Amino acid sequence: MDMFLLEAVINGLLLAGVLALLALGLNLIFGVIDVVWIAYADLVMCGMYAVYWLFAEYGWPLPLAFAAAIVGVAALGLLVHLLIIAPILTSAPINQLLATGGLLYFLQSFATLLFGTDFRNIGIRLPIIEIGGIYVSYARLLAFGVALMGAIALYLFLKRSYVGTAIRAIAQDREIVGLMGVDQRRIYLVTSAIGGALAGLGACLLALQYDVHPFIGNTFGPLIFMICVLGGLGNMIGGFIAAFIISQIIAIGGYYYSTELSYVLAFMLFIVLMFIRPQGIVSR
Amino acid sequence: MLSLADVSAGYGSFRALFDVSLSVAAGETVGVIGPNGAGKTTLMRVISGLVAAVAGAITLHGRSIKGVPAHRIVAHGIAHVPENRRLFPRLSVEDNLKIGAFIPAARQHFADQLASVYELFPKLSERRSQPAGTLSGGEQQMCAIGRALMSRPKLLLMDEPSAGLAPLVVQQVFELIRRIRGQGLTVLIVEQNVQQVLDVVDRAYVLEAGSIRLAGTASELRNNDFIRRSYMGL
Repeated sequence: MDMFLLEAVINGLLLAGVLALLALGLNLIFGVIDVVWIAYADLVMCGMYAVYWLFAEYGWPLPLAFAAAIVGVAALGLLVHLLIIAPILTSAPINQLLATGGLLYFLQSFATLLFGTDFRNIGIRLPIIEIGGIYVSYARLLAFGVALMGAIALYLFLKRSYVGTAIRAIAQDREIVGLMGVDQRRIYLVTSAIGGALAGLGACLLALQYDVHPFIGNTFGPLIFMICVLGGLGNMIGGFIAAFIISQIIAIGGYYYSTELSYVLAFMLFIVLMFIRPQGIVSR
Repeated sequence: MLSLADVSAGYGSFRALFDVSLSVAAGETVGVIGPNGAGKTTLMRVISGLVAAVAGAITLHGRSIKGVPAHRIVAHGIAHVPENRRLFPRLSVEDNLKIGAFIPAARQHFADQLASVYELFPKLSERRSQPAGTLSGGEQQMCAIGRALMSRPKLLLMDEPSAGLAPLVVQQVFELIRRIRGQGLTVLIVEQNVQQVLDVVDRAYVLEAGSIRLAGTASELRNNDFIRRSYMGL
């Protein structure tokens, strides 16, 4: 096998890790609260700015800046639920889409106002590792490993803990969980905070690889939505698998043609698959 | 233990219960019988806080529980086995039981309580890792009762436990109710299966069109002309 193709495949695999993590967050919120956070990728943008300012401008140690960004975006997730979703929870889904869509423009404009449109980088250059003639970026490898650990931690939380079990149950019967002593509002808050924390973790991992600017959410936001829909909206395992499929198409397409064309290819495949399996590639 | 005084309730402008009064003493098994649409399910939902009472008083051990939301009622020692079982179909049997022990007081006793539920329902133990939606109707009813027992309740509300089950399975369900009451649990049970429910309860109320029409001990009601004519077809 061609070394450069193998390198593209490995890079695609590594890209998939962070995308899968973000798809998990979006799917979790949709599955539990039945709301799509259109501005999800822009919460990631906020987290990346938090990392940039705390680390590069205020000189905090990187782990501390990461922790603060995760906690900060988790708090932002809580606010999104309390201020935007909770008041319109029972209204038509289109209203919730419009409200979180509005948040997207608000966050992008607010970031532009505060930070300008400059591309900013936290200024860490992690080494490129050579393994048997294949070059892999250490930052990507690290991001992949941490994203996978984040996904496993979420899985264990949902499987083992009482609150995690309630989160899985509530999507199946919203009324009856109350009889078991589960407070729906509390579960929604916990879910929103976890969704925010996952966006914050994704932000840390992306800040290692990419410059931050107010519109960075637009570059991977649509990808995350495509992944979620392809996997079946609300289906966390489906989204996880779809992240790897989409990333491979982008990586291999980018190797044979160009990065731009590979995105076209990925979206074309998405449209075709949606005609064949509108419920998502993985059935429940 | 539980007492309702002149309770009225409904959904929006529709009134389902009119001035209902009933009481359940500790250790008793009490039935509520009546035709479809009489308000039996609404009565259960009012007690467990799923439906708000618009008038009247609901007290548990002398303290008012009217207006307490459903998610706090279970901590007062009331567990509700809802109509149609309402299991979480894609969760495993054991996860369904685990949710039943969600309240902090029940979590401490999870292992013991799980063991005693599995002892009561050995079938559930065999199928513990299977999705609850794949169980048979009778097994699902056992799982729903088990889920309610996981909160270690003092009072068990059962809404039509025999509905939609094969006659042989109905027998098993009533046998189970006998065993549960034998363990000293207080039970309030709503049923359409009048003949069989009168065999397991101490007393019963007849609910018709949202009002209590008749009340008495099981043997009184079994020999009541109106009951025999309207509910037993004798």
